[in-house]
Amino acid sequence: MRPEMTAASLEATARSSAERGALARARLLRGLLPALSLALVLLAIAWLNPRAISYFGFSLMLNLAIPIALATIAQMFVISGNELDLSIGTFVGFVGCVTATWLKDAPLIGVAILLGSIGVYALLGALIHLRNLPSIVVTLGMSFVWQGLAILVLPKPGGKAPDWLLAIMSFKPPFVPFPIIAALLIGLVVHFGLMRTSYGVILRGSGGNPAALKRAGWSLLRTKIVLFALAGLFGVLSGMALIGITTSADANIGNGYTLLSIAGVILGGGEFVGGRVSPIGAVIGALTLALAASPLLTFMHIPPDWQVAANGAILIIVLAARVLISRRER
Amino acid sequence: MPEGDADIIRLNGAEKHFGAVRALGGVDFHVRRGECVGLVGHNGAGKSTLMHMVAGTLTPDSGKIGVHGGVEDNYSVSRAQKRGIRCVFQELSLCPNLSVAENTRINHASLSGLGWRRKAAALITAKLDEIFPDHGISAWDIVGDLSIGRRQMVEVARAFTVTQDRLDLVILDEPTSSLDAHTAGQLLAFVRRFIAGGKSCILISHVLGEVLRNADRIVVMRDGKVVVADAASAFDRDRLVTAMGGAEARQKIAAEIAAARPAAGPLRVRARAAAQKDGADLVARAGEIIGLAGLAGHGQTDLLLAIFAAASRARTGIEVTAPVALVAGDRQSDGIFPQWSIAENIGIRSLARLRNGLLISPRREAELAEFWQKKIGIRTPDMNNNIFSLSGGNQQKALFARALGSDAQIVLMDDPMRGVDIGTKLEVYDLVREEAGRGRTFLWYTTETEELDNCDHVYVFKNGRIVANLGRDELTEEKIIQSSFGDAA
Repeated sequence: MRPEMTAASLEATARSSAERGALARARLLRGLLPALSLALVLLAIAWLNPRAISYFGFSLMLNLAIPIALATIAQMFVISGNELDLSIGTFVGFVGCVTATWLKDAPLIGVAILLGSIGVYALLGALIHLRNLPSIVVTLGMSFVWQGLAILVLPKPGGKAPDWLLAIMSFKPPFVPFPIIAALLIGLVVHFGLMRTSYGVILRGSGGNPAALKRAGWSLLRTKIVLFALAGLFGVLSGMALIGITTSADANIGNGYTLLSIAGVILGGGEFVGGRVSPIGAVIGALTLALAASPLLTFMHIPPDWQVAANGAILIIVLAARVLISRRER
Repeated sequence: MPEGDADIIRLNGAEKHFGAVRALGGVDFHVRRGECVGLVGHNGAGKSTLMHMVAGTLTPDSGKIGVHGGVEDNYSVSRAQKRGIRCVFQELSLCPNLSVAENTRINHASLSGLGWRRKAAALITAKLDEIFPDHGISAWDIVGDLSIGRRQMVEVARAFTVTQDRLDLVILDEPTSSLDAHTAGQLLAFVRRFIAGGKSCILISHVLGEVLRNADRIVVMRDGKVVVADAASAFDRDRLVTAMGGAEARQKIAAEIAAARPAAGPLRVRARAAAQKDGADLVARAGEIIGLAGLAGHGQTDLLLAIFAAASRARTGIEVTAPVALVAGDRQSDGIFPQWSIAENIGIRSLARLRNGLLISPRREAELAEFWQKKIGIRTPDMNNNIFSLSGGNQQKALFARALGSDAQIVLMDDPMRGVDIGTKLEVYDLVREEAGRGRTFLWYTTETEELDNCDHVYVFKNGRIVANLGRDELTEEKIIQSSFGDAA
């Protein structure tokens, strides 16, 4: 999954210490779990409906995967710093409403609002750090604020996405469907930024052992602000991508994204605490959820009334498999 | 400071208080260029506090800090690092989710830009090779996957890596605690080379032989003060132990209480520590107060928790014949329900008796609370107030009331008197002795040697094992220190 991680695992195995070999295998297994679960869902779909495995089929099935992946990445940044963002769903909805109204009618004001909302996210990070508040409480409160603002901007469903956004989201590259290319791109860019740059190390370290980071002279206030601002940025991208696909907005459009994004991060090999996250895993987790969410269940002829519950059951199974593997690591 | 040029760091009259507790009371301390200073003392003697000041992570309440002859007014971690002072802290300060190379990057702001990963890996690998040849650690290993010993090796090696800032003094706080004899030897040999190169070290260790063999000068601390500072050659084991433990003979409260106690009753607990290889068991009988001594974190708490778990679910090697209650040491995280009232906090261990049908009877809960308020002297106008309305000592009394008010015949105490004032302590000691007289069994882990005077029997722990079993008549502080600092392991 993470190149340096698997490389380290392989090296450790080569050193033939039995205990570390077992550890490395468990870690490798955990690293592969997101890919395995995605493959499993794909196999199930292929078995149920072979025609779905095609350019057109993937474009259709993964239609909503891009905004989900972006929201999952946003959540992943927050989780990197041992926090949780319960407002990302309504935030995506708010961004969607702004995109379908202001950004189309008065682009300058629209851009200013979206940049300002990223600033609000950064301030939340500062507030959570400075006042030592639980992020769950702060972001739960903020979720109602974003929801209220979304309703103010767009009291009833409607609006229209800007044309340039529609053009981007309906882009049809040859051979490989757009959602797959976009997912790859998102995963790689964030992987480089968070896993490979020297400041990315500091950001992850702030989740791994904040006290050690502070002792080494780094500002934890700054890491928290950066992580939350990044979450805001990817939340904005998610909301815009969503409106680019649906073409019009609704104040409740993103509400499901909060839990989807958390599940995507965990499914992708991340952990709630300890700064252990994987951007590529998170994107794969988001793809898996997007596929399992409705295409798979529709092909299984599960009535829509039961799909949400079935979705939950799939989540429990995959996350339980993760827990079992993690336990072997101990 | 006339001799300032030769001093890397000098503290004059450093004082530090944490709340009502005095951690350091006016300490003078200095380290010269090219010397290894050994620092020894009991848990809580103030060594760590002093070292945190040298490293810049704590600022003294009063007193002066000078580095390289100049007075420092705004001394901090980053300032200390710029002036060439580093510390390897006792609790590991690596990020377990990052690789060895990435952890190195955290300590060197200059490791950035293109190719920083390669540079960081080369830097830490070279230093590991230098200190611990054949270390078997890759720069890309995730720290969380390494054994505790290897983590310590990484941490030590990282402290000695140099990029931009100078390096003059490294504080090694228990650097060998997780290393085997071979790697510990490698490290100490490296420290001597480092000193020979004109640099300095502060070596803190509970293995007295290590300090005697490697330090040039030894500073002994006790109760937040420096009691002796002399050339290492002027010390031997006995002199160190005496200096640490306090030479003055202490009054024993014990004899008459021992006489008043009934003969040992039926067996209550028989337990063997997980790491115990010989047949030594901890045995406790009805009416006994058993002390668990030794340095902090050497398996005492683990054994108490194992006994507690064994009371509800059978475990091999542990026999428990009566109900158990635990008085937690870290009352904020393990003991108190912060949202609850004092009465509710006391009643939680006795819910079965407080029940009225399916519900808890508020009347019985209040009765229980009131009884213990009088008995143990919890100072509050109303037992229905939130538990946090109490002072720390009174909160601890409430936790004792929870355990003693229950049906438990065995009470486990996990160093419960930390940060409690002396008045409360004496009241609780009396209560414990009184309850023991009625046949209750107490297993009492404490880091304060004076408290062991209340015990009939003391087991001394080292590295998760019982290394000594001292009866009341053999119980002296020197004996306990001798056993817990034994170099044998």
